[in-house]
Amino acid sequence: MSEPRYSVGIDLGTTHCVLAYVDLESSDRDEVNQDVFGIPQLTAPGAVEMRLALPSFLYIAHPDELAPGDRSLPWDPEPRFVVGELARNLGARTPIRLVSSAKSWLCHPAVDRRGSILPLEAPEEIEQLSPLLVTTRYLEHLRDAWNQRFPQSPLAEQAVTLTVPASFDPAARELTAEAAAAAGLRGLILLEEPQAALYSWILASAGTWRKQVKVGDMILVVDLGGGTADLSLIAVTESDGALGLTRVAVGDHILLGGDNMDLALAHVVRVKLAAEGKQLEPWQLQALTHGCRAAKETLLTDPEAESVPVMVPSRGSRLVGGTLRTELTREEVATTLIEGFFPLVESSARPAVRARTALTKLGLPYAQDAAVTRHLAAFLARQLGATADLPGIEAVEGASFLHPTAVLFNGGVFKAGSLAERTLQALNTWLEAEDAPAARLLAGADLDLAVARGAAYYGYVRRGQGVRIRGGTAKSYYVGIESAMPAVPGMEPPIEAMCIAPFGMEEGTEAELPAREVGLVVGEPVRFRFFGSSVRREDRVGAVLEHWAQGELEELEEIEADLPAADRSPGEVVPVRLQAAVTEIGTLRLDAVSRGGDERWKVELNVRGEA
Amino acid sequence: MSDQEISFFSRLALAFAAFWHAVTDPDFAAVVDRLLRGEPSAPKTEAVPPVSEPPLLRETTTDSALQLLGLLQQEGRLVDFLQEDVGAYSDADIGGAARVVHEGCRKTLLEHLRIEPVRQEDEGVRITLAEGFDASEIRLTGNVVGRPPFSGTLTHRGWRVSGVNLPRLTEGHAVQVLAPAEVEL
Repeated sequence: MSEPRYSVGIDLGTTHCVLAYVDLESSDRDEVNQDVFGIPQLTAPGAVEMRLALPSFLYIAHPDELAPGDRSLPWDPEPRFVVGELARNLGARTPIRLVSSAKSWLCHPAVDRRGSILPLEAPEEIEQLSPLLVTTRYLEHLRDAWNQRFPQSPLAEQAVTLTVPASFDPAARELTAEAAAAAGLRGLILLEEPQAALYSWILASAGTWRKQVKVGDMILVVDLGGGTADLSLIAVTESDGALGLTRVAVGDHILLGGDNMDLALAHVVRVKLAAEGKQLEPWQLQALTHGCRAAKETLLTDPEAESVPVMVPSRGSRLVGGTLRTELTREEVATTLIEGFFPLVESSARPAVRARTALTKLGLPYAQDAAVTRHLAAFLARQLGATADLPGIEAVEGASFLHPTAVLFNGGVFKAGSLAERTLQALNTWLEAEDAPAARLLAGADLDLAVARGAAYYGYVRRGQGVRIRGGTAKSYYVGIESAMPAVPGMEPPIEAMCIAPFGMEEGTEAELPAREVGLVVGEPVRFRFFGSSVRREDRVGAVLEHWAQGELEELEEIEADLPAADRSPGEVVPVRLQAAVTEIGTLRLDAVSRGGDERWKVELNVRGEA
Repeated sequence: MSDQEISFFSRLALAFAAFWHAVTDPDFAAVVDRLLRGEPSAPKTEAVPPVSEPPLLRETTTDSALQLLGLLQQEGRLVDFLQEDVGAYSDADIGGAARVVHEGCRKTLLEHLRIEPVRQEDEGVRITLAEGFDASEIRLTGNVVGRPPFSGTLTHRGWRVSGVNLPRLTEGHAVQVLAPAEVEL
């Protein structure tokens, strides 16, 4: 592979994909020559247009649905699936053929991510695709668009950085890397989205960031995208006399984003219309959601506006007679959005967890508590001890949560500046209650494009130009071992958790081999329970936990080892030790190592789901 | 021309007449010019001023016009609105629909055309037009007499398109269909 000309950053979002790039040849130190790539895509049947974002939607068109040639792309006369803006538009009216939120499915442990399951409730005759394949298709679209524009520098030969939520578990990261490999992207690196947002802020500061932060600062990154909320804490440290950055903690995976907010407003307005005797059909809700998004942005940015009209256009050609008119008031936005999603709660508040009823329809595990501030309070409290082993960061005596000193907001939700202010206000109230100085706002982020820009910049930084955020894995990992106890009928054998990967493993490193062995059965797959912890930072490889506090360990999906029956007889039990490594790409890799160390088998992180 | 010699005074009178004629009549001057340069005088038929060629009128392509209209319909329901008889509706109903049209069409305009005012001054202020102003950008109205510089009140700032960015169309895409009929199954 030749030396890459460009560093390419791809933000593979739940609702949008963005691609940015840095020209490595013409960039030097803080002089970074970077741009966001206009992605050609179908915006209407037969019309190809460049947009800065590719909506992450895939539409499986009926063979008779579009005229011949109407789905042609500059690089493909007859693509099998429609991707992007047109996919979203067609899907609004024919949802049974639309795949959306593939990224959320990719990290959903209850389903088979390689299985053809999307669209979820498609009738028999519609071809279904796997979350993995859909992700691959988006990357292929980006690849083909790139290759057409830069035929001399195909994407496969560039340094590509793909972003994932900081909260993505090892299995979801591996699937993302697998999708990229399937799309032919080599030289790939994964980067956490909140880190990418911070890189983008550093890039935008054109070298002045060193004056805006100081050693001991704790930066909270709140990334609220269309579909997910992602939290990270990044400490400003000192290394070799220069400012350094260390990512110390990441939050849980929370399916809560801007789309939920727009939908919530649409429901408020729908109820209001229903009270006037006007029932909305499902397709009208789509238009209403769209209208509410625009109205919300007006109300949240213009302090003068008391209400904004929201129109639901008729579906037929009679526009004047058939259009429904309603309005969204400041009051409604305040109660639904500000009080609903950003309530001013105590720092001791925690998200409500409802027991899920057994008969829930298979769907995405959306956050049960919509309050962003409660999720934030829980995250900061859980990470109270995150800085214990970090030089230069003083733990605050008597603090009940970790005190950030600066906040960086990212994601389209914060285009409404008052929502960022509100979040900061909640945080500063908590800090004030503990006599801590208020956190300041790190301004100047480009909310929609920051992640892609930051990812492209990271690829540049990796080549030795500028500061890198250190941190390694944000969790320690454990494998579940049934303890050797006589079985008691009706009671599950107690389980012990053995640490196989310590906290903070850097890319390209390998953990040591734990002392304890586990048995694998030749010729049949053996499954282990698998756990992660974002708070147990001190556990070394081989440490065995017999019990742990509520919430300390989070159970991930099971892992599976399958020993081929090559030279052994099926059924034979082979003692192995499990070894963890973090690949150069940034994914976790588990190997089963034989007693002599001369044989290794890969342990699968992505096991076929039960659903 | 006869072979008979013309007298000196007749020639003098002719020279003066030719002088004035050449100054005031470009066609005549052209004939004189050819005589002076020793070229054969143009045959009589050519001396008649040629019928001026009909001005070239461009046929504009209709594709992009239809494409833009389709976009305005798609986003802003413009064709629906204009095709409807609004006489029967109340102003409130029309106003509601107008919001849909305004919002959508505006979005389309902003997305596909870069539109800017021809003059940056506020409407109502007096401005001065120097000699050589571009008559295609500025229309004089009212008491249009005299010579530039002209001084007058800006009644409309004008609009100019400085960039067009229409979607590329696939081969064979039917632009005549502004909005397809929809059939829900």
